[in-house]
Amino acid sequence: MRQPSRLFLLIGPLLLFLGATYIVPFLGVVEWSVTLPEPGIGQYQAALSDPLVLTVFLRTLRICAAVTVASVAAGYVVTLLWVRGGPGQRLAVELCILIPFWISVLTRAFGWLALLSNKGLINGWLQSLGLLSEPLTLVRNEFGVIVGMTHFLIPFAVFPLASAMRNLDERVLMAARGMGAGRARIFWQVFVPMTRPGILGAGLVVFVFALGFFVTPAILGGGRSVMVAELIYLRIFQSPDWGLGAAISVILMAGVGVLLAALLRQVRQGAAR
Amino acid sequence: MREKPNAAEIGATGIGKDFGSFTALSDVSMQVGRGEFLTLLGPSGSGKTTFLMILSGFEAPTRGRLTLDGRDMTATPAEQRGFGMVFQGYALFPHMTVEENIAFPLKVQKRASAEIRRRVAEIVELVGLGDHGHKRPAGLSGGQQQRVALARALVYEPSVLLLDEPFSALDKNLRGQMQDEMRRLHRETGTTFVFVTHDQSEALALSTRIAIFEKGRLQQLASPREVYERPANRFVAEFLGDINILALSGLGTDGPLAAGAFEGQHLRVAPGAPGAANLAVRPEYMRLHLARPDSGNAVAARLDHLTYLGSETRLALRSAGGAELTLTLPTADLPAGLEPGLSVWAGWPETRGFLL
Repeated sequence: MRQPSRLFLLIGPLLLFLGATYIVPFLGVVEWSVTLPEPGIGQYQAALSDPLVLTVFLRTLRICAAVTVASVAAGYVVTLLWVRGGPGQRLAVELCILIPFWISVLTRAFGWLALLSNKGLINGWLQSLGLLSEPLTLVRNEFGVIVGMTHFLIPFAVFPLASAMRNLDERVLMAARGMGAGRARIFWQVFVPMTRPGILGAGLVVFVFALGFFVTPAILGGGRSVMVAELIYLRIFQSPDWGLGAAISVILMAGVGVLLAALLRQVRQGAAR
Repeated sequence: MREKPNAAEIGATGIGKDFGSFTALSDVSMQVGRGEFLTLLGPSGSGKTTFLMILSGFEAPTRGRLTLDGRDMTATPAEQRGFGMVFQGYALFPHMTVEENIAFPLKVQKRASAEIRRRVAEIVELVGLGDHGHKRPAGLSGGQQQRVALARALVYEPSVLLLDEPFSALDKNLRGQMQDEMRRLHRETGTTFVFVTHDQSEALALSTRIAIFEKGRLQQLASPREVYERPANRFVAEFLGDINILALSGLGTDGPLAAGAFEGQHLRVAPGAPGAANLAVRPEYMRLHLARPDSGNAVAARLDHLTYLGSETRLALRSAGGAELTLTLPTADLPAGLEPGLSVWAGWPETRGFLL
């Protein structure tokens, strides 16, 4: 920080790149939202009074909230095994979680389709074991979307959690043990609260990523669980409603912005206390 | 604070610890008395912290046996020993307030909530944290965090309090203050304190006895005065402060004292262990003379240089035979006209020297 100009030189190219590929196009989207088909805020009024748009927004929030809770909870267990487990557990985590991380989102969505569909593996096993007579509807609904998205997003939760768990002062846990605290108490009253910044960070990353999901809900939702990204796509590419699609995009961005700001404030306050 | 002090006696017999092929500790045996303030002192890597971790139960000894009030506790895990512990860096719970930190061990012990409130209030008062009960550790100064760590370790009245370099993060003035505080807490609680430090003056100031470690072995265990004035070996002598060491020849006896020759001077000294032929004297017991003094030991030397240290001045001397001698004199007693090159005598009372 002693040489701000030098620092700027280092991150300057990145800022330029982001400006050219992200900020300028987004400003174009903002412009569409207030100029197409005619100047004014008519498209925002239309978006916010359209029951379909509202239903999609609510569904998106609901799915993203469920995915965030599921991903962070599952990610916490996985990270615990990764950071604090034995060498065998660490290797298992790396193989099972981190390698599929690099497999295409499309491949994974179809994989879940194969597992969860009415004639898929899970229903097949359950029926052949005689546990079910009718197949369970596990896919082409919100449940399928949540499963597929959670699976995709767990690794994104793992990294912030791992950094929080690795930076934890081991002596604090020893201190709790020395005072006679049992494993469950140390975990719930000391370890989990101390990793709170990691939990918040993981939750934010997962939630923001989840808001923009497109491929997974399109495949596993089967057209019945349209989320906001798919709605924007439909408005812009399959109907002449560019202005409405742009207005929904801006509303989504504003929502993400408010969320990020609120979380950053939380984290700063937590650090200051 | 309490009617009957809760203080335990610890015994260690033949304690050893290996980390792989490295022996961190070998054959340490000692008794820590009830209500004692014992300091484990040594340079880093000497094994003092390893020994404290073994006493606490966080490390298991590779060899040897530990007892608590005569009962074997070698295999008792840390959480069942019931000791208080203050860690280096304090290890406070960052997400809890001062009061919640201190109440934590009482909640673990499932004390009644009225009792918890009363005890927390008492100990917050005892360690002087009155107004800070609702703050979090990050909002406190180093000295205040130190007090929270002490309060949290003492609130459940442990029979033993273990402290791992608790002052290492504090500045010098605060250290002095916390040392006074520590002495007061030891007196008021009556608990057995075992304290690790690498700071000699801290150890000398606080302890009832000092255990000096070097290379994983216990070198000496004695009172501060004894380790300073009658160190068991050259390591202990040099670790506790500057010391002059003169190699004597023709060692024999002279009445009740031992005697030998150094650069033609007949020097007398309290008798020491067989084989010890070095005469050792602390710099502050040496006096500067312009002519050979009539009594006591003396060595002829030339003044090499002076170092002004404030209340004291250190004089570096070189004997005729080339041996270096160091004297420290109160600056107030310094004779006028001391110049490098001046011929002087360094003298000291015979009983102030010892054989090493």
